Amino acid sequence: MLRLLRPIWERTIVLKVEHLDVFYGDLQILWDVSFEVKEGEIVVLLGANGAGKSTTLKAVSSLLKLANGSIEFQGSRLDQVRSHKVIEFGVAHVPEGRRLFPEMTVEENLIIGSLTPEAKAKRKETMKRIYELFPRLDERKRQNAGTLSGGEQQMLAIGRGMMSLPKLLMLDEPSLGLAPILVMDIFRIVQMINKEGVTILLVEQNVKHTLTMCDRAYVLENGRITLSGTGNEFLNNDHIKEAYLGI
Amino acid sequence: MEVFLQTLVAGILKGGLYALIGIGMTLIMGVMGIINLAHGQMMMVAMYITYVFFHYIGLDPYATLLISMPSLFLLGVFIQMFLLNPLMKVESILPENQVLMTVGIGMVLTEIARFIFTSNYLSVKTSYSTAAIHIGGISFSVALMIAFIFACSLTVGLFVFLIKTDLGRSIRAVSQDGEAAEIMGINAEQIKIVTMGLGAALVAAAGSLLLPIYYLFPDIGGPFTRKAFVITILGGLGSTVGAIFGGVALGLAEAFGATYIGMDFEDMIGLILFLLVLIFIPGGFKRLTKV
Repeated sequence: MLRLLRPIWERTIVLKVEHLDVFYGDLQILWDVSFEVKEGEIVVLLGANGAGKSTTLKAVSSLLKLANGSIEFQGSRLDQVRSHKVIEFGVAHVPEGRRLFPEMTVEENLIIGSLTPEAKAKRKETMKRIYELFPRLDERKRQNAGTLSGGEQQMLAIGRGMMSLPKLLMLDEPSLGLAPILVMDIFRIVQMINKEGVTILLVEQNVKHTLTMCDRAYVLENGRITLSGTGNEFLNNDHIKEAYLGI
Repeated sequence: MEVFLQTLVAGILKGGLYALIGIGMTLIMGVMGIINLAHGQMMMVAMYITYVFFHYIGLDPYATLLISMPSLFLLGVFIQMFLLNPLMKVESILPENQVLMTVGIGMVLTEIARFIFTSNYLSVKTSYSTAAIHIGGISFSVALMIAFIFACSLTVGLFVFLIKTDLGRSIRAVSQDGEAAEIMGINAEQIKIVTMGLGAALVAAAGSLLLPIYYLFPDIGGPFTRKAFVITILGGLGSTVGAIFGGVALGLAEAFGATYIGMDFEDMIGLILFLLVLIFIPGGFKRLTKV
């Protein structure tokens, strides 16, 4: 699983999103959204409820049609493939609200995460690795996913995403509805996954924690990117302090 | 006491076949989110296939399973690919309108059968159609028992397929959360096509197994669509295990109704059970079994 990373200044752009316009029916949700993610980075999309964060991730996953713009991952146009093909490019999406298969066991949920030929070949190994990362899942592997606690469900959702051996892992509000101590756990694990060479695109409302761990961040407001910069720049930005950190 | 046991046996044996009909409907219900109101009519088609091969070639009705099941699988695939899936792509059409499409498909199948075979009642008479084994005063119909054994094996086979194979797991995943299944790399459209084929093949098996002990005419589909619907509701929509309970419950209700109230009331008892379940356990047997 471990991949050696090049120094930060030599890293290439893996995900390039340009001039995205997305509609739900007649309602425009995203307006000219552009951002990029480099190899090995943790990039955060911040924003209030309804700002268009989840919509952005859904667009990358090809679940939504673009009115304008393009999404490129390592040179391939993701917006031109169907949603079930996206995972074959190495892009895994851990959706908002976890979206597990509630009447399947923990183990079956993990199996469903590894249906691509390459992932299937390494299914046993990867599963062992996931169980090391989340021992709680190992204890409950024969239990139905619907019977897990919120924290365990989030771990399973991340584990299921990791089963496809992704290059880019997109996480949609993994801290949603979790106790603060579990939130810390989840973020620690996200950092561990990143250190193993997986690029992370994170959508969060939990601004304080994410800014300290991310490389770069973008702010979405009413469907537009209004600000971008490194985590530290954001922590010292007056607008961010006022609007998101409440300082 | 003997009458009671006899009725119980008859009900359970018939219930096994009903379960087979119900499971096909339930699978389709789970994955597509709609009820297939052409289900009984598909069974009718399978019964005519069995009839033709028996009547003109002399093939044993049970051997025709090998023909009727694959044929109906293909019919199901065709219906899903060219009639139901295209409806989903038109945004102004509600997904529910697929149900109307299945009603239309059922009518077309019935009328095609009437055109070819006329409305005459047909039946398949084999040496074992009326044979029975007697154990302690209770008679077991040979044809029903063979049908029951086939139905059980097919059901077990289906469960192994759904639990142990990636394709089976994918079918369950799509029925539990279609969008999440898509981002896991499952082609939901393809899964729908396979599931429709599978549901059609299962009801085809029920039709071929039923023919030696039943009769056949073009309008036989309607009552069986209704039965399949009742079984699906009894079991809890989309629950395959529930459908087995639903099938056996309907078989028992019909058998006891026919024995203790009167032959004419057979169908009514099933519908009364249906209403009682809707009123008192709206989630169906799924709520009681938790599976």
